[in-house]
Amino acid sequence: MHDKTLSELAAGLASGEFTSHELTQHLLSRIDCLDGELNSFITVTPDTALKAAERADAARAAGQAGALTGLPLALKDIFCTQGVKTSAGSRMLDDFVSPYDATVVEKLADAGTVSLGKTNMDEFAMGSSNENSHYGPVKNPWDLTAVSGGSSGGSAAAVAAGLVPAAMGTDTGGSIRQPAAFCGITGLKPTYGRVSRYGMIAYASSLDQAGPLARTAEDCALLLNAIAGHDLRDSTSVARGVPDYTAELDAPLAGLKIGLPKEYFGEGLDPTVAATVHEAIEVFETLGASVREVSLPHTHYAIPAYYVIAPAEASSNLSRFDGVRFGHRCDDPKDLIDLYERTRAEGFGEEVKRRILIGTHTLSEGFFDAYYKKAQQVRRLIRQDFLDAFEQVDVLMGPASPTPAFDLGAKSDPVSMYLQDIYTIAVNLAGIPGISVPAGFVDGRPVGLQVLGTHFAEERLLNVAHRFQQATDWHLRRPAFAEENA
Amino acid sequence: MALEQADVQRAAHLARLGLNDGDAARYVDDLNRILAMVDQLQRVDTDDIAPLSHPLDATQRLRADEVTESDRRTQFQRCAPAVENGLYLVPRVVE
Amino acid sequence: MQWETVIGLEVHVQLATQSKIFSGASTAFGAEPNTQACAVDLGLPGVLPVLNEAAVAMAVQFGLAIHAEIPEVSVFDRKNYFYPDLPKGYQTSQMYHPIVGPGVVEISLDDGSTKRVRVHHAHLEEDAGKSLHEDFHGMTGVDLNRAGTPLLEIVSEPDMRSAKEAAAYLKAIHSIVTYLGISDGNMAEGSMRCDVNVSVRPQGQEAFGTRAEIKNVNSFRFVERAIAFEVERQIELLEDGGEVVQETRLFDPERDETRSMRTKEEANDYRYFPCPDLLPVVLDGAYVDHLREILPELPDEKRARFQNELGLSAYDANVLSATRDMADYFEAVKDVCGDAKQAANWVQGELSGALNREGIAIQDSPVSAPQLGELIARVIDDTINGKAAKQVFQALWHGEGENADAVIEAKGLKQVTDTAAIDAMIDQVIADSPAQVAQYRDAEPEKRGKMIGYFVGQVMKASRGTANPQQVNQLLKEKLDALC
Repeated sequence: MHDKTLSELAAGLASGEFTSHELTQHLLSRIDCLDGELNSFITVTPDTALKAAERADAARAAGQAGALTGLPLALKDIFCTQGVKTSAGSRMLDDFVSPYDATVVEKLADAGTVSLGKTNMDEFAMGSSNENSHYGPVKNPWDLTAVSGGSSGGSAAAVAAGLVPAAMGTDTGGSIRQPAAFCGITGLKPTYGRVSRYGMIAYASSLDQAGPLARTAEDCALLLNAIAGHDLRDSTSVARGVPDYTAELDAPLAGLKIGLPKEYFGEGLDPTVAATVHEAIEVFETLGASVREVSLPHTHYAIPAYYVIAPAEASSNLSRFDGVRFGHRCDDPKDLIDLYERTRAEGFGEEVKRRILIGTHTLSEGFFDAYYKKAQQVRRLIRQDFLDAFEQVDVLMGPASPTPAFDLGAKSDPVSMYLQDIYTIAVNLAGIPGISVPAGFVDGRPVGLQVLGTHFAEERLLNVAHRFQQATDWHLRRPAFAEENA
Repeated sequence: MALEQADVQRAAHLARLGLNDGDAARYVDDLNRILAMVDQLQRVDTDDIAPLSHPLDATQRLRADEVTESDRRTQFQRCAPAVENGLYLVPRVVE
Repeated sequence: MQWETVIGLEVHVQLATQSKIFSGASTAFGAEPNTQACAVDLGLPGVLPVLNEAAVAMAVQFGLAIHAEIPEVSVFDRKNYFYPDLPKGYQTSQMYHPIVGPGVVEISLDDGSTKRVRVHHAHLEEDAGKSLHEDFHGMTGVDLNRAGTPLLEIVSEPDMRSAKEAAAYLKAIHSIVTYLGISDGNMAEGSMRCDVNVSVRPQGQEAFGTRAEIKNVNSFRFVERAIAFEVERQIELLEDGGEVVQETRLFDPERDETRSMRTKEEANDYRYFPCPDLLPVVLDGAYVDHLREILPELPDEKRARFQNELGLSAYDANVLSATRDMADYFEAVKDVCGDAKQAANWVQGELSGALNREGIAIQDSPVSAPQLGELIARVIDDTINGKAAKQVFQALWHGEGENADAVIEAKGLKQVTDTAAIDAMIDQVIADSPAQVAQYRDAEPEKRGKMIGYFVGQVMKASRGTANPQQVNQLLKEKLDALC
């Protein structure tokens, strides 16, 4: 059962081959025996999961099942879940049981899905390897000495290891697409504002976006159907109709114009990854697409702009963690300043502190124009690069990451870690959607192909990814870890 | 614009992050490398380019003036470190 | 040396919305601590703000009332600092693109002249909670009910030159916001709060002196007192060869002094940047036009109309337009009785006297405006005389009777204008007062005018106050003179 996609599981539930309760039980026992090694979950919720599964089975028996009723999934521990610990991977929230549900959580529950628990992540979504979690790193199911990617590393690893057929993640600079690539699964970052951010613990508000990680593009479409849409509680969510994202999955790709940004194939790209991506692009040519080179001239400035904007927003977003109303509080504060300084020094990890300091510095008096304003101006140029490119082509393709998953502990220098996100980060600055699909392996570690579209082009991205998956079998490969220990 | 330890301490103070001198020294190094990377932005000509705060050119939607929330103090204070008589407690604030 | 005082005010007005500026929690005053602080107000992880339409409309209406420019786009920024009553560690405010641009407020001075005070801008922001310093084992308690209440901060130019002008400006703002109905203006409950920037400079010098900001100045009276103290302090300091330090000072009404606040934030650096959770607020012309159309008549316009159309004196017009409740009451009285001057006299005289004596606000007056209007109408149509009118007023005040006519009927106060009846009463009084008649007859003709008072009094007494005094006077004079 754990080998199946969401849509296959949905068919199995519909035909009565197995019940949601059986499926949930099976996956819970897999988590039980495999996750000690993998560390992909922070919290597993067997009791509420089994109850939800029973309700789903009852709904099905009563003829009230929807497309997702009874399907198990997991939630990145950044989504607030009422009555369940929501830690954001931080010591700061180690004892925080959310008193409310995020909109995404509510929508998935309303759709009848069964949450098995909360997945591991880089603290407050800051990281590209999942080594910044208070709960320890997540291992890559394809190679336990490799990182899972981050920050939605737990979600990606849990899906890849067959602990759960799909999981929700968030993507601020590549945090869905890069771990999906590293773990050999499919991950979609929707257009900014397509999915509500309400109840998603904010890292960088103008960049954060929730999206699904699953085995296939089709599964991502099913999940996007459930979570997309305008939310009255999120001013930045977009009031725009939600199409059926599965409707155009099979549309033919003949005539599709693919652009290859030359900046995504230059220096820094591992040649074996480049070769793998080129092979994948050849598949599209056989499907009738045409390929041309395009330019995104400001690509080089995406990481510098991001490391001004994201830490600035984060420094402000994380000010609410002050030890007063929720979360960690230091012992015996001697005065107010001591309460703040010790609580925050103890509660936040290294990388979070680093970004708070950078953000505080760049926003402070005398530096604002040189850093923040400048970065916002460059952000406009970066968005314009994409808009210009989409005048010429339908989608852009390139690698999701310059290398496959690197070894745990390999990148101790923060800047070299930041440079990992060179192909994903500009997408968040521009607010466009992107999807990463499995495209091959290098030395046993997966390689992801990234497909980008213009704002609200999710249907097209899912269609392109789906046709690719019909023509290839990379997404069907399973790590030995998932099978050996079954 | 290289940072010195005092700059880091200043930012740490504004952010209410307790740092000892050892921490601060380490962060000086990290932050300077990050800022050196960020300083590449200065090479971009941004004259007449308006700053972009949001990726979509959307405008603020307004909410009707209605009371939609009810009292949930008990649930909200369950996750609070220190409360008494419905109040959140903090070390004495000197006015 | 002659010193000139320079004053600018920052007035924070709590807007009278039902719900908070960014959440659906109630803004009602006086609830149990933290029962009106919802997830958004508490800044729980993951929550997001959504802007209240009424707060925007109220801010724009204020802008229109002070003839301000209303920019098409305004933007919310975050002001970052840590304080226990500030749940998110930042206040959502408007630093660079406020909702209301430059405008003008006209103030009336004691000498009857007016002065224009420029408003630099007004912006929307969220209020903070309250810290309660009673002893919780040496701890401070934080109540976040007020957190997120919408505030309009109105920032003046440094255009005021005396404590009186500052108080007049504050009164003008109070009057505008209460006229508009966008705030209850209750300073005691903190619905209107004021920070005062004060500096002094030698008369004739153009450059401003160093200013001190005085916080916690929360009544009209305190504004005058705080400024008076602060001006004296600064002048004394300068004349002794010292310097004024730019700082924040707290007004202590108990001791009637300002004192330096211990600077909790040595390095104030609020790191303002546009709030990424809110989008630019764009006001289209039609929306602003609609708000302009439904704008009520404002104090200035009302005052001018009272003078020009109703013929009231500048003084009366000023008093009667001071608050919207006063003006509304007066106009209702005038509409019923049809005589603006009589209405003005009664509202400022008998009614205000009674209200002040018992400390009742005009909107809670036991005598309603229509009741008072009908009463005045009965004086105008000679149904009752002035003395009886006061009796009727007292009766209505104490709830004795539904309206003037009922009281007049019940108490038999209807004025007697029947000449025959008055003739009879006069004849009786003359017959009963031979001594007074003799004195009258013997007096010099020019002294007789005063002596007639005795006879008028007797006749009025006989009529139980219902005779028409002018008529009595006239007839008595004729009859007594005939006897001479």
